[in-house]
Amino acid sequence: MSLADPEIRDLKAAATSHRGDRVFNRIITVAAFTALAVLAGIAVFLGLQTIPAFQSQGLSFITTTAWDINTDPPTAGIWGMLYGSVLLAVIGLVIAIPASLLLSIFTVFLAPRKLAAGLTNLIDLMAAIPSVILGLWAFYILNPTAEEWQRLLNQYLGWIPIFQNASGNFLGTPFIAGFVLAIMMIPIITSVSREVLARTPPELINASESLGSSLWTMLRYVALPYGRGGIVGGIMLGLGRALGETIAVFFVLKIVFEVNWYQIIESGGGSVATLIVSRFGEVSGEFELSLLLAAGFFLFVLTLVVNVIANLIVARTGRLQK
Amino acid sequence: MSIAESKGVDTIQTPAVTDSSPTTDREIEMSTQDVSVWFGKRKVLEGVSIDFPKRSVTALIGPSGCGKSTFIRTLNRLHELIPGAALAGSVMYEGKDIYDRDVDPVQIRLKIGMVFQKPNPFPSMTIRGNVLAGLKLSGMKRSNHDDIVEETLRAAGLWNEVKDRLGAAAGELSGGQAQRLVIARALAVQPHVLLMDEPCSALDPASTLKIEETIRDLSKDVTIIIVTHNMQQAVRVSDRTAFFLAAENEPGHVVEQGLTTEIFGNPQDQRTLDYVNGRFG
Ligand SMILES: Nc1ncnc2c1ncn2[C@@H]1O[C@H](COP(=O)(O)OP(=O)(O)OP(=O)(O)O)[C@@H](O)[C@H]1O
Ligand SMILES: [Mg+2]
Repeated sequence: MSLADPEIRDLKAAATSHRGDRVFNRIITVAAFTALAVLAGIAVFLGLQTIPAFQSQGLSFITTTAWDINTDPPTAGIWGMLYGSVLLAVIGLVIAIPASLLLSIFTVFLAPRKLAAGLTNLIDLMAAIPSVILGLWAFYILNPTAEEWQRLLNQYLGWIPIFQNASGNFLGTPFIAGFVLAIMMIPIITSVSREVLARTPPELINASESLGSSLWTMLRYVALPYGRGGIVGGIMLGLGRALGETIAVFFVLKIVFEVNWYQIIESGGGSVATLIVSRFGEVSGEFELSLLLAAGFFLFVLTLVVNVIANLIVARTGRLQK
Repeated sequence: MSIAESKGVDTIQTPAVTDSSPTTDREIEMSTQDVSVWFGKRKVLEGVSIDFPKRSVTALIGPSGCGKSTFIRTLNRLHELIPGAALAGSVMYEGKDIYDRDVDPVQIRLKIGMVFQKPNPFPSMTIRGNVLAGLKLSGMKRSNHDDIVEETLRAAGLWNEVKDRLGAAAGELSGGQAQRLVIARALAVQPHVLLMDEPCSALDPASTLKIEETIRDLSKDVTIIIVTHNMQQAVRVSDRTAFFLAAENEPGHVVEQGLTTEIFGNPQDQRTLDYVNGRFG
């Protein structure tokens, strides 16, 4: 005769046996589900709008690039816009991530206290600049300078495919738009990384120093791995803003219905959000409006997909250092 | 023990340390001369002069807050990393003042390792990764990483407990295991001096004894300076003892120092006698 397995006690139930906790838990749960419900509502609303678009265009709505609404039959496809949104975000991230990390490392580990405080305030202020102002700044001030940089890039690095430019027009390029996005992302990523790095436990920094680390090795093996999750979170926040950014890009990007695959300093590119805002004021009717809403739905999906992929990449690379 | 061999240190057998050995005749590895320390405007240590003979164990004892941790941190230039920290006097190591302008603090910290009061393994690394962390952090090149891992973990008395899970996260270890891991980590960069700030305060009696054994073993190759609140421990592991004391609102200073047997058996100062017999405050 064997002994019966001991009964496993339910620890979860015991953990919430305090009445205040129970009430609080319910409130939090309800709030969380409300947020989810709102999100789902938006998705369903936008999703329904895609029906007319798909009925008329089929799958080519997301695989081709065109916007000829007044022809018969009308053709519309947003592939170039979807791709453009991602390209702009990538350009923005390539500039913003190193800049933000350097800025936050400088403020946390190198700058004298007063300078660090000043920088922190300045960067937090930057996050508060409305994007329309940034757009105007980019249009009037950044554009002429950026034109010059791009000319130089083309002149000296033109043999690299991404720096080709056949038209001689250096305005309205993905590079300028991506640069503006970088300026919007830098304050977000910097603030988050700064907070995270500043919370590196002093005993780990001490341990690292007592093992003869330099600032660089301490950052690389201790502080950055420790703050990795938070920094990645900051980058995701910035990325979310970049993918959805509308008005600032509207000022500096020439929307073209062709896919600009990689020529980042060639005039013309795409962005779903900017497509929507540029057409919205002059829609030709119900049909075009539903196309725009459908485009919005796919921007929403794109954002989700990019986030999921990014999270997967992060999870895969997050192994312990051997 | 193979640590000595792997270090290529000439293993001239120093006489086994017994209480009667004339430690004072040994070569001096490290010494401080008239060291005073400030945090901002507050002076917390005054005029500390101690000699640390080669391959000996020196215990620093004294009541809480008298500046033992502060002192030990001046010995490998960790003190200067605290904002507002200041120092006067000199710390001599290998015939040179480690605070001289042309001395590289990173080299000093490599030769003078440290184990802290609170176990602080790197949570983002595996157990093995932790042992080897110093090599990465300092850019030191050593071959045969597997051997280093086994050797140092054995020396720290942890090998048998972790040999089957070297790839596990260091965060999984118990406090006492983590502390022994940290000792192994400090040994992997082959320090000549090992500073230990209350290394056993988080450990159970069995782990404590293990670490004391480790200390005795290590002292054949390495000069050890250990802060401890445990009088029996000071007696068990150390050759020499320095007693620190700080009067209220005064900087701490060394009241008495010498052979451990003398400090505990025949102290010259009444305050030392009271302290080592647990009659204090
Ligand atoms: N970072 C710091 N800034 C300012 N004062 C400090 C700092 N660290 C320590 N002190 C002060 O210096 C004095 C000595 O502290 P220290 O940590 O060296 O004492 P201790 O002898 O190690 O004590 P314990 O036995 O409790 O560890 C204390 O009065 C403490 O308040
Ligand atoms: Mg202390």
